[in-house]
Amino acid sequence: MKIAFTADGTNWDAMIDPRFGRTAYLVIYNEESDELQGFDNSAVKNEAHGAGTATSQRIFELNPDVLITGNGPGDTAAKALAHMKLKIFTGAQDLTLRQAFEKYKNGELKEF
Amino acid sequence: MINRTPFKIAIASGKGGTGKTTLATNLAACIAEQQEVVLVDLDVEEPNSGLFFEGRLLHSEDNLKMIPQWDESKCTLCGLCPKLCNFHAIIQLGPSILVFPELCHSCYACSELCPAGALPMIPRAIGKLNHFQNGRLHHIESRLNVGEEQAVASIAKSKKYAADKLPYVNVHLYDSPPGTSCPVVEAIKDADFVILVTEPTPFGLHDLTLAVETTHKLEKSFGVVINRDGLGNNEVIRYCQAENIPVLARIPNNRRIAELYSAGRLIYPEFPEIREALKDILDYCLSAERSRP
Amino acid sequence: MKEIVVISGKGGTGKTSITASFAVLEGTRVVLADCDVDAADMHLLMQPDFENEDNFFSGELAYIDQSNCTRCGLCEQICRFDAISVSNGKYTINPIDCEGCGYCARVCPTQTIINKKLMAGKWYISNIKTGSHMVHARLEAGADNSGKLVAKVKNEAKELALEEQKEYVLVDGSPGIGCPVISSLSGATFVVLVTEPSVSGLHDLMRVHQLVKKFKIPSGCIINKADINPEKTSEIKDFLLSEEIIHLGDLPYNEDFTKAMIEGKTIVELDRGTLPANLKDIWEQIKILTT
Repeated sequence: MKIAFTADGTNWDAMIDPRFGRTAYLVIYNEESDELQGFDNSAVKNEAHGAGTATSQRIFELNPDVLITGNGPGDTAAKALAHMKLKIFTGAQDLTLRQAFEKYKNGELKEF
Repeated sequence: MINRTPFKIAIASGKGGTGKTTLATNLAACIAEQQEVVLVDLDVEEPNSGLFFEGRLLHSEDNLKMIPQWDESKCTLCGLCPKLCNFHAIIQLGPSILVFPELCHSCYACSELCPAGALPMIPRAIGKLNHFQNGRLHHIESRLNVGEEQAVASIAKSKKYAADKLPYVNVHLYDSPPGTSCPVVEAIKDADFVILVTEPTPFGLHDLTLAVETTHKLEKSFGVVINRDGLGNNEVIRYCQAENIPVLARIPNNRRIAELYSAGRLIYPEFPEIREALKDILDYCLSAERSRP
Repeated sequence: MKEIVVISGKGGTGKTSITASFAVLEGTRVVLADCDVDAADMHLLMQPDFENEDNFFSGELAYIDQSNCTRCGLCEQICRFDAISVSNGKYTINPIDCEGCGYCARVCPTQTIINKKLMAGKWYISNIKTGSHMVHARLEAGADNSGKLVAKVKNEAKELALEEQKEYVLVDGSPGIGCPVISSLSGATFVVLVTEPSVSGLHDLMRVHQLVKKFKIPSGCIINKADINPEKTSEIKDFLLSEEIIHLGDLPYNEDFTKAMIEGKTIVELDRGTLPANLKDIWEQIKILTT
């Protein structure tokens, strides 16, 4: 399983970025290889419009099975994400990636 | 008879809530006592002037925006269209092209540059234009659907509708959106005269200076109406005197006016001095030199 | 860190005065962001020092380099915004009409059209009288793309808040429901809707609430000038109830809003009447709702 997080940093102690489209980083955790990899999203973050669609495009390319984020994607991004085989969990703002991942494992996050 | 075009007066302000709609609706109703008049509500995000009239709906139509529609059968998945779009309104997810109509600016680049012709443009409704009539008063509003971002095209459409359908009416009033950026520019750029409504407070003065800057940039003749006169201080008056900006009228600060407004009622029928002020404002506007074309 | 956005749909409801009061109440724990970039007024109450200043470049605008132009006219034909005009055989682009789509530059056979970044304003990080910071901006008159400037101001405020471990980012949003408002809503923890009991106030509240719903952000509402039309006030309360918007409180019609403004102060600093206590109650509620 590959799990994607919206985050303000690239390690396990980084905080979940509550925003989807304008998240600072996308972080991918690969459960099989136990690898954590961060992707800078700052180019998209500062766009005036279309941050949601642009970040969705990146999610598609990174191809995770699960996305963990804060507020949840807005309407436009949600439409884009609906085209992918991806489970989305929201409400992880104020958690570190580690805490968010634990909550996800325990089934404590809300599915979008 | 000389074929005249209507005299177009835009009522604007930098700051929201200074009384643009109050002035626009009262001025329109007051003019309509004597002659035909058109009031075009260009605050397409939050159109309010209709709340002050009981009009008969004469005409209603969708405001359309052209957007590309993906034709899967023609698409070769070359990957060009997402790169062409400066607004991220098209993305490619593997074998699918997705179009996001709210983000599209209708520039046609993707459609016309697609080598396979797989993105024909189709119309999409983004709001409604309504034309109401109440005696001599024509009221036209465009109402943007919530979630649509682009106000400018609907503003242009309302003005054009009024110009095409009611060219014989001498006075067209534009109730503009607040602010100083693109929707405001669209609302006032072809007006013959601009009335800037402000209030005598520090916020009112600051936003007035911004609105004056925008109006100057567009090379418009303009004057100021001070609403809630007596509420704050004299800085707005001083500024207008120092800058040689004509003050067309001062509408007093009065709780009764606020109450009438809150209930969706016109104010001048209860205040003879405001009726006089409205007449003065109109006379001044009409005598002002038409702005450069 | 919580991001609280104050918006109103309709202008002139007291949004900025109320936001500024919250910022003073919470003091050093708040970074303020003035996202009403079209008509930014917050600085009049906050005594900012404009310590850091930076230029803001908005989207791109097309520009024709005359020396290489072969006057083929293709750009004029394809422009859907009537932004390109020709006089005496010379093609020029009107920056007011240019939408920045970049189409003309893509099709110009001699690549003589370039996309220029447009200086659309300035943005600032200031020290303010609360002992904290404010991020604010000034849009050039008539400039395009205030949505992007809003995004910039908000992002900078947020980064500052994270860096300095502040509790709150408090955002003063802009009126309307269009692109600047959409920009200021994205990523918010909680939305405070400020309205007034008038036909326009309710009408605009309903529309802006529809927008907030799309973002799935929890919201609460303050009814300012509540006593000016009790009937409308109760109509608004019914609406809040039916839409599950938390009613944060009512404020009376009070010219102290203006008196404070003239002194360059927030209402809570005026320390007169019941308004400061009302605002304090409301702010405490918001804090509880966002924990």
